[in-house]
Amino acid sequence: MQRAFSSFVRGGNSALPGYKLSLAATLLWTGFFIILPLIALTLRPWQDGIGAVVNELHDTRMFAALWTSFSSAALAALFNIPLGMLLAWALVRGNLPGSGLANALVDLPLALPTAVSGITLATLYGPQGWLGAPLAKLGIVVAYSKPGIVIALMFVGLPFVVRTVEPVLKNLPRDLEEAAALLGARPWQIITRVVIAPLVPALITGFGLAFARGVGEYGSVIFIAGNQPFHSEIAPLLVVVRLQEFDYSGATAIALILLLTSLLALALVGLARRKFSVWGDGA
Amino acid sequence: MKKYLLWAITWGLIGIVLLMPPAVVVVEALKNGLGPALETLKDPDGIAAIWLTLEVSLVSISVNTIFGVLAAWLLTKYRFPGRSALLVLVELPLSISPVVSGLVWLLLFGAQGWWGPSLEAAGIHIAFAVPGIMLATLFVTLPYVVRTLVPLMEQQGCDAEEAAMLAGANFWQILWHVTLPGARVALFSGILLTTARAMGEFGAVSVVSGHIPGLTETMPLHIESLYNGYQTVAAFTMATLLAAMAMSAVLLRSAPEWIARRRGAQA
Repeated sequence: MQRAFSSFVRGGNSALPGYKLSLAATLLWTGFFIILPLIALTLRPWQDGIGAVVNELHDTRMFAALWTSFSSAALAALFNIPLGMLLAWALVRGNLPGSGLANALVDLPLALPTAVSGITLATLYGPQGWLGAPLAKLGIVVAYSKPGIVIALMFVGLPFVVRTVEPVLKNLPRDLEEAAALLGARPWQIITRVVIAPLVPALITGFGLAFARGVGEYGSVIFIAGNQPFHSEIAPLLVVVRLQEFDYSGATAIALILLLTSLLALALVGLARRKFSVWGDGA
Repeated sequence: MKKYLLWAITWGLIGIVLLMPPAVVVVEALKNGLGPALETLKDPDGIAAIWLTLEVSLVSISVNTIFGVLAAWLLTKYRFPGRSALLVLVELPLSISPVVSGLVWLLLFGAQGWWGPSLEAAGIHIAFAVPGIMLATLFVTLPYVVRTLVPLMEQQGCDAEEAAMLAGANFWQILWHVTLPGARVALFSGILLTTARAMGEFGAVSVVSGHIPGLTETMPLHIESLYNGYQTVAAFTMATLLAAMAMSAVLLRSAPEWIARRRGAQA
């Protein structure tokens, strides 16, 4: 204990100058900007007493919103797996014409400010939009309902899947596919046993990252979602609604659940990657 | 034949999923032509929003670059108990919902927050004012400089720094003349990511801003007001400008690579 403390004060075995200064600056910075907010977030729901917390657990609108957020984020991440895999494969192996442009476009959802994505997707899939109008003729309504939420979350989550699958695919020896073909494997067998199997840890990571992002996503969703309580209202929006009602405890309870879910998803990703890793940790 | 089919499917998907959204932004902005679009940029509330966005970005870049460099130095040059916990902590804002990143500041400085009422009584306004917007943006952009610097500085090791120390250099001299020159590209990239995120942040800022046009509206918030007020051309013109600013920051990260390649080609 005492040794750990003295090591903390001296900065381990390094003799480089500046330890105390950089330690003080970092503790000040993270203390004010991260630890203090986290303490406030954890303590606030209990401030109005246990009764308020129990009351919060009877809030059916909160559970409806959480369900909308979790199910839409999971569906979007799931749909993104084949889409992301196809794009990653096309970028790495497909000799795709214009692959430089395609590569830059994959990062677009991360670079586009979320409010811009939001109003754009709402317009694109709206009743008069380029995609919304033809879909409406087929009887498919996307904007201002649950499918709209999934579409928006697919857009913001896609880069996570592509960018985690891509490096693993790049490191996968191409000879393996040829060897499997020479040994008489059918194309379907090659895809499932030789290409997809080693990608599983990366796919789980991509799914987890896209899910964690989707659960908390706000700006790109609220314009297309419709935002009807109990139906198409996402949990982050309900946080905002509760704040407007000056119900800080209610808002904080939802915020805590959102935070814990994202952290849990990311922790599970770490575990699952270790368990399913076939080729070592490539992702 | 099969190859062309695959190319067609892939580009079709890229077109629908990734190419159409930015096209919509520009087309909607120019719906009535270039003149009316540019006219909307003369709105004083819009100009105020642009200035506020630049101000907030500048503050976020300065604070998070200075502290980010010091934190990266601490996390890569020393091994001390609690180091891995600090690494996790510094990346935390990336996995927190933007709305929650705004909410925490209301819990501390809002009207019903811990210190809000007493600060308010002393005449210091944080929530629903510019300082609150700065705090929320500083929080969401905190990780970028550290997380781009740490892997690179870790790889560099400490040999050059130790040599400089033995030659009599002090901390600032080592940092400025030995460590940072080698980490220039990563630092540049981290600063640009901070810039892009600071300019585009919507959820966190929306919670703490109070949405007062001309005073506490950043560009993303002003876009929301315009869009909800059915001023489509104005909303998408501002959106085009904001997207161009954020995306050029992201694309500029490849600039050092281009420069190096051109120099390599000339040599």
